[in-house]
Formats: sequence, C-alpha cells, structure tokens
Amino acid sequence: MAEISPNDLLPENFQRWFAARGWVPRAHQLELLSKAEAGKSALLIAPTGAGKTLAGFLPSLVRLSQRAKRRIGERPRGIHTIYISPLKALAVDVERNLEKPVAEMGLQVNIETRTGDTPMHKRQRQKLVPPDILLTTPEQLALLLASRDAADFFGDLEFVILDELHSLVTSKRGHLLSLGLARLNTLRPALRVVGLSATVADPLDLCRWLVPQKGEISHAELVSVSEGAAPVISILKTVERIPWAGHSARHAMGEIYDEIERHATTLLFVNTRSQAELLFQELWRNNDKSLPIALHHGSLDASQRRKVEQAMADERLRAVVATSTLDMGIDWGNVDLVIHVGAPKGASRLAQRIGRSNHRLDEPSKAMLVPANCFEVLECQAAIDANYVHAQDTLPVGAGALDVLAQHILGMACAEPFDADDLYREIVTALPYALVDRETFDKMIDFVATGGYSLRVYERYARIRKNPDGKWRVSNPLIAKQYRLNVGTIIEAPVLNVRLVRQGRGIKSAGGPVLGKVEESFLEMLSPGDTFFFAGGVLRFEGIRENECFVSKTYDEDAKIPAYAGGKFPLSTYLAASVRKMLANSDEWRKLPDQVREWLEIQRDKSVLPTANNLLVETFPRDDRYFLAVYPFEGRLAHQTLGMLLTRRLERAGARPLGFVATDYSICVWGLRDMGRMAHTGELSLAALFDEDMLGDDLDAWLAESWMMKRSFRNCALISGLIEKRHPGREKSGRQVTVSADLIYDVLRTHEPDHILLRAAYADAAGGLLDIHRLGDMLKRNKDRITHMPLDRPSPLSIPIMLEIGRERIKGEAEEDILREAAGMFVGKD
Amino acid sequence: MSPLANSAEAPLQVWCQIAGKTAVLDRSGALYMPDDQVLIVSDMHLEKGTSWAKRGIFLPPYDTRQTLATLATVMTQYQPKILVFLGDSFHDAGGPARLDNEAQDVLLRVCTSQETFWITGNHDPEKSDLLAGNGCTELGLGAVRLVHIPSGAVGGSVGGTGEISGHLHPAASVVGRGRAVKRRCFVTDGKRMILPAFGSYTGGLNIRDAAFEGLFDRKSTIVHIIGDQQIYSLPLSMLGR
Repeated sequence: MAEISPNDLLPENFQRWFAARGWVPRAHQLELLSKAEAGKSALLIAPTGAGKTLAGFLPSLVRLSQRAKRRIGERPRGIHTIYISPLKALAVDVERNLEKPVAEMGLQVNIETRTGDTPMHKRQRQKLVPPDILLTTPEQLALLLASRDAADFFGDLEFVILDELHSLVTSKRGHLLSLGLARLNTLRPALRVVGLSATVADPLDLCRWLVPQKGEISHAELVSVSEGAAPVISILKTVERIPWAGHSARHAMGEIYDEIERHATTLLFVNTRSQAELLFQELWRNNDKSLPIALHHGSLDASQRRKVEQAMADERLRAVVATSTLDMGIDWGNVDLVIHVGAPKGASRLAQRIGRSNHRLDEPSKAMLVPANCFEVLECQAAIDANYVHAQDTLPVGAGALDVLAQHILGMACAEPFDADDLYREIVTALPYALVDRETFDKMIDFVATGGYSLRVYERYARIRKNPDGKWRVSNPLIAKQYRLNVGTIIEAPVLNVRLVRQGRGIKSAGGPVLGKVEESFLEMLSPGDTFFFAGGVLRFEGIRENECFVSKTYDEDAKIPAYAGGKFPLSTYLAASVRKMLANSDEWRKLPDQVREWLEIQRDKSVLPTANNLLVETFPRDDRYFLAVYPFEGRLAHQTLGMLLTRRLERAGARPLGFVATDYSICVWGLRDMGRMAHTGELSLAALFDEDMLGDDLDAWLAESWMMKRSFRNCALISGLIEKRHPGREKSGRQVTVSADLIYDVLRTHEPDHILLRAAYADAAGGLLDIHRLGDMLKRNKDRITHMPLDRPSPLSIPIMLEIGRERIKGEAEEDILREAAGMFVGKD
Repeated sequence: MSPLANSAEAPLQVWCQIAGKTAVLDRSGALYMPDDQVLIVSDMHLEKGTSWAKRGIFLPPYDTRQTLATLATVMTQYQPKILVFLGDSFHDAGGPARLDNEAQDVLLRVCTSQETFWITGNHDPEKSDLLAGNGCTELGLGAVRLVHIPSGAVGGSVGGTGEISGHLHPAASVVGRGRAVKRRCFVTDGKRMILPAFGSYTGGLNIRDAAFEGLFDRKSTIVHIIGDQQIYSLPLSMLGR
C-alpha cells in the first residue's frame, strides 16, 4: 500500500494537534480515515494500546469539523455519529477520552452518553436537541429505533462506530445489534460503519457482519495493525508437586505471591468466580507484607467493583484477582505482569488477557501461566505455542437467534407500521439472519401477534394487527410500553442480594451493606449456619428474606460449601487439537516439567497414548466397580452430552451404568458390569456404542427432559416476550415470572411440540450448552478408529478424572435419585 | 385393577390418617378418602394460561386441557361418590367463560357423574353458573373440615381438630448430591392436611416459607413429595430451605 500523507487527509487543526503532542498520526488511523472518506465501511483490528478509539472516531471528527455552522432558525441537526459499546463503563470512559482532543482542537462537537443510567429528563432533551456524537449500548440503540421518531432522530446519521465488536457478534446482544444495524442502513443507505475489534480467527466474517448482505457477498474493508512485540509468556516452574486434579493451584500460592512482590502491578486472571474467591483468600493468607491485593468479579456489588477499578487507575494496588469481567474495558498502562491461574481454555482469550498488560506496543507484554493440574500443564504449553504463531480460536458468528428476531419485530411495529415484505427484505441483510426463510419469518410475525399457537384463542387480543393497507401496527400503547420495559437479551440467572448482618440475629437483624449478588440456585443448597467464600471473605449464611440473602462475617478459614456457580469456558477446538498432537509426539514432551513427562511415559508403558486420529477407550476395574474412560479432548460441554448419551446406551446394552463424570479432556463412566469383558466377548460393540447415530433419537429423547432445554427455553421465552421480565406498573425481578417457564415448557412440549419457540430453544441448547456440533465432528472423525485398552487397573491418564468422581456436580439428571436417596435415609433411620 | 392397588416398589399412592380418617394421597396431587368415597382436588387454576392475554402475554393455552385430562384419569381410577374442588379451581372470575368447547364437555362429564361440590377460593369467590354442581364455602366430613384457606393462615378462619385445605401450593426442596430438587408435596401433621396445587401452571411455595409457620406441629409433620415415579415421604427436618 502506498504511504498516505497525513497532509492530504487531515485538516490543519488536526495536524497541529498531533504535532503539538509530538505525535505522528499512525498508519492505520490514516488508512481508516481514507476508507471512510471514500464512503466505505471498515473493520479495524488492532491490539489494545494502538490508538484504536481515536482511529475509530477520527473520520467522524474530521467530517464534523468541516460541517457548515448551523444557521439561525435552522432546525437542530440529528445525531451525526453513534458509538456503541458492550459496556456502559466503556461508553463513559470513551466520553472522557474524547472530550480532551475535541477541546484541544477547538472543535464544536457535542458528545453525550445514553445508557440505562441516564436520567429521564436528559433522554428527553437528547431527543429534542440531539448531540453530534452519542455514546451508547446495543439495548439503547434498540430502544431508539423502536421509538416513533426514529426516522427523524437518525435522519442525519453518517457514522456508526462499534467497539469491542469481537465480544458482541457471537452473542444474542450481537444478533439484536445486527438487526438494529440493518434498520439504520434502511434509514440511511449511505451510512458508514466502523468496527473496532481485537484479533479474531476469521476477520472476513466480521467484515461481512458490518455491511448489508444483499445477495452477493459484500464486506467492509479490513484495516489491521500487526501485533506489537511478541509477549513473553512462561509457565510457572514450580518446585511443588503438581496435583492430578482440581483447579485451585493451591500448591503454587507462595510462588505466585513472590511474583506479585517482584512486579509493580500484577493482574491475575482465573476462569470462574469461585476460583477468584479462592485465589484471593489464599493470597491473603500468604500476604505477610500486607500488599494491597484486590478482587474483581461479576457477582460483586457494582460500587465495590468501581472502587477497585479506581484504585487500579490510581496505581494504588499491587495486584487484582479478576475473572472475564476485566477481559476488556478501561486501559491500565501500569500493569507489568499478567498471571493466568488455571488453563486459559482458548488461545485468543489468552492473547486478549495478556494484552491487558503493558500497553506500550514496542515493549513486550509479560505473562505467566500457572497450571492447576497435570492436564493443564499440557494445555498451557499448547496455548503458549499457539500464541507464538498468533493462532486464533474465536468462535464463528453463527446464525441469529429467533427469539431475538421476535423481539425486534415487535420493536419495529412500535416504531411505525411495517410491511412484512419490506421488513423481511431488511432483516435478511443482517449477516446472522441472512439465511432465515420467509416461512420462518412469517411464523415469527404470527408468534409476535398471537403467540403462534395452532389453537387460535388469542386473535382478539393480538399485540400487532394488520391495517387495511396491509401494514402491521401495535394494537395499543401499552404493548409499546411493555416492549420498552423488556428490551434486551441479557437474561440474568435469578439472583439475590447478599447483605451483611450481625451474626446470630438471623433474618430479623437490621440490614448492613450489600456485598453483591449470588445465584438463587446456589442458595437453595444452603442451610442457616453454612459457610461459603464470597467478596473476599468467609460468610455465614443466616437466611433469606424476600429478595435478599442475609449473611454474617465469620473468622473461619475454610468454607463448608466450597463453590458456587460461575462461567466456565470449554476448551477450544484449536487447543484441544494441539494437546492431542503434543501427547502423540514424544519429542514435544521435552518442553514439559519432569513430573508431567514421567506421567506420560508411564502411561505409554501401561496403556497407550491417545493420538491425533484415534479415540482411546480404556476399561478397568476398581473396588467393586467397572470403569470406561474415554479421551476425546473436546471440552466439558461436549463431554457432558456424550456422557449422558453413553450412559443411556450402556443401560440399554445391559452394562448397568451407575454414573459418569466429565472434564475438558476426558469422560469416565462406571457401572456394575465389566464393560471391557463385554466388549471382548462381543456382547458390547464399542463401534456401535460410539456411533454417530446417538445424536438422533437418543439425543432427542434425553434432551427433551434435560435441564439444559428448560434453561434455554426460559431464556427464549423471556427474550421473545412470551413471558415478561418486567410488566408496566408491576416491576418483576428475575425470580418472579408470570408462570414458571419450566411448567410452560412441559405443557407446550406435550401439546405443540413443533412450536417455533421450542425450535429456538433447541437451537440454543444444541449450540451453547451441549456443543453438539463438536461432539458430532468428533464421532465422525473417530468412526472405526477406536483403540480399546482393557486394563486391570486405572491408567496414569485416568487418575485425574478418577479423582473428580464424587466431587463433580452433575446438574439436572438423576433428580428422582436425589428424592429416592433422601426418602431411603428416612426409612433407614426409623 | 382396584383403585387402591399399589405396587410395592413404586407406590403411586401413600396412605395416611387425618384426624382419625384414612386418606390416600395420589401422585397426581388428588386426595381420596375411601371411607366416604370422596375425592378432593385443590387449586386447579384452570384457564391460568389465557388469563394474561388481555395484557398481551400469550402463554400456551393448553394448561386447562392437561389439568382436566389428569382429573379425568383420576376420576376413572377412583370412581368416587363425591367430588370436591377445594377452591381456586379457576384462576380468575372470567375463567369459566373462556373454556373451549372440548374443555366444557370434559368438565361437564366429570362433574355430573357423581355429586360435585365447588368450594370457593380467593381466586373464585363465587361459583360460576356455567358450572354443574354445588357451590359452598366449606364442607364437613365428620371431624374433618374441607376449606380452601387453612385456618390460622393469613385470610383463613378459626378451625377445629381435622382439616383439609389448599391455597398455599406447598412444595418441598430436597438437597442431595450438591444440589436442590424442588417438587410439589402434601403436608400433614396427622390433624391437618394441605394439598398441593393440581393445575399444570401452578408452581409451588416452599413449605419452609413463613406462610406455613404455626400451621403444623413441627415434630409430627410429614411431607409427601411428588416425584416423577412415586411419592416420597420425609420429615420436615430433612428438607432444604
């Protein structure tokens, strides 16, 4: 590409501003500007610290600076640029960062934010006198587009800037945003869209996402900034024994503490909230020097999180223990070490997290991985190798969810009456919805209008109806109000506030401060007096009153109930393949610590190692049980699905399975009959057991009853408006929906199994919670490639998963067993 | 098969005593009193699904169908002389008018095969003229009183020795294997019995909730939990919150 001279593109006041700070406009900033000047949309892929935000706004600022002054008496202009970020905090931060150059260049540009926190009077004023640049979130965009004056409000719009695009596109929030963007393109066909993203596996996917898809493949221009100096990543070389199983990395606490001491500011990432709590506890137990170490995760109270972020910005902290809540967002220049405790699960995630340190591009970031068990050592090594070759394993964009489409259709009817043909043509220009057929779309309209049931009982209450001119409108203003209250796709698990009270006073005690929120499903397991880790301390559960969980401080060192739910990422396909390759090639074992290498060598002697293109199945007895261990390395979700299906099939084959346990690497099923022997005598065919056809009837039969379908259905029901999150006048919390979604699911499945919302829920569950595609790929790949090793005792490779037995929570299945066991205990006591 | 037949392995029924009278608890949520041949069903909340339609909430309109099908099965099995609906049979006053033709037929058949009493509840304070059978606020069955709201509970009256009621939709939570399972249940201390809700859209209120406080003698309270395959009986002390 020819060098672009800043003088051709940048107005004089911009050039002066750059010069005054001793800066030179960066190549990607100018390149993006020139694309925009040529009327093109563009995607900028750049690591943190590359001046991404300024690059994104530069085209719009240049345009605004050249705009003629508004004449006296001329109507106020509409929004010129809309900026959308996934985080409210980021919008506020960008406002601050943008105001400075705008003031210094003397530009007459109004910048304002609009989020859920913006007061009503300010929102109303923004409608009357819109700012030039509006900084907002996907949900607010949906609301603005669903208002009656949307066409006017966006009548002058020239630019859309989408920040952290990589994190939005794969979620339902991204689906909603893509539909909003399609509407903006209808309102303003010459619209230019600038996407800002971290490095992704398939940038072209994102380029297509940014622009309307109209038959032929079209995509935005790509501008990418090469990564800065390669990060220096190491694996913590521990002198301690690395445990076989578990995720706490307790063995390495002293060594982690030493690293914190050696560096100015350390960011410690973990994968789940309970790991964060545990790590924080352990570090403070070692904290002889009282270093300021803080905790940051999604369950903590927002004000507490803001405090930590502020202390971090003020360089008052030596370390922060964080979950994915800090994966993106505000930049901190002063972090000089990132420690990842536990395996990173994905190469791209690791790269993004490492990018949180040392934002000067010319200096390498420094990161250290701390594997918590032997398998994680392999995974960490694979992640380092992947980082070295800049491998990316972000998820593809995928198909848009139908429940989101339902919400959007209602929103569009709220804005103005729509013609179904026009709206259909519009929504298929959004990449995630490009393949939606007309029949499905019409079913969605029917669903929005009257619920889409074959029993037509709701016609006279229809939410949207056809005008004589054939256009669909909302039936009454209450429907629009209801839409506005329930907009968005973020469904939070039912949670309760955690409030600190004085011990022993129980729930009658007066309330103290709110520490954060905990999932209701976790609290259901607690009895008063139980202790658990939360907000950096051990808390005693006192009781529940209305929407609050009361806790008191205790001085116990350990919590009785160790963990509570939090996000868990499955191992990425890319890293899984790398780990398999590493296992198969003993030359690569040199990179590994001695104790891990020895473990693999013993496995090679006693059994075999799984290779890249076979599936290892081991069978062995232990105590009075028989075990079947499988090593697919396809991640926990796919393994759980496989475990459920294998158990069903083994039951049918007469192997009398009793249970199974799944990790990211392997599955272990145990039962009363010797499955190895059954395979040997031909009574059990392993090829048939692992046949792809398990994803047919077996899957359907099991899935229909599973908690995963119920959870997916609940989310779809809330997003599509089948049940309300909140009702005008009667604001409901997540705990109280009109009727339990589980009951609705059971009734609907019995009486109308083909209902469109069940289809949506199935698609969600198959993609998200079950990882069926990945399981299908694995079964196909290993067809007729099963290596069976009958052993007389557990193999070295099976030890980690054998240790998980009994400590694993398997949700949902065996509910009847839990009741039976409890009732059995009662009878036994008599 | 006798209506009171019971397989030893998986009891679909549980037998107990309420103020000296024998009662059979059915897995459907119905209660049968063999001495008087009375079948009791509480809190059907029929037409709950359609009750939000005016507000633009379109729940699957199949709950009535499902609840009535279960009722018809239980009626065929026990063939009682008297059928008692223990209140909140309809979710709202407009419910009976919203029944579709099929549901009307089923209900008419069920109600006219024997004597039927509609005890009124807080959701249906008056018996609709559209329904066959007798309306009343409570019934006496020897020492046992049948009433919608338990005496001593919020909104309830003063009671005597024996009582069978509904209203609270009792559910129990059992903790095991690191998680909690919540199911509908019968609750009794031998004098008083509270029935689970029979309707397919009626959820449950945990019996550890304050609403149940003071209603039962804690030590002798047994909770009969409705599982998928059978009824499980547990003392109060073994339940999660």
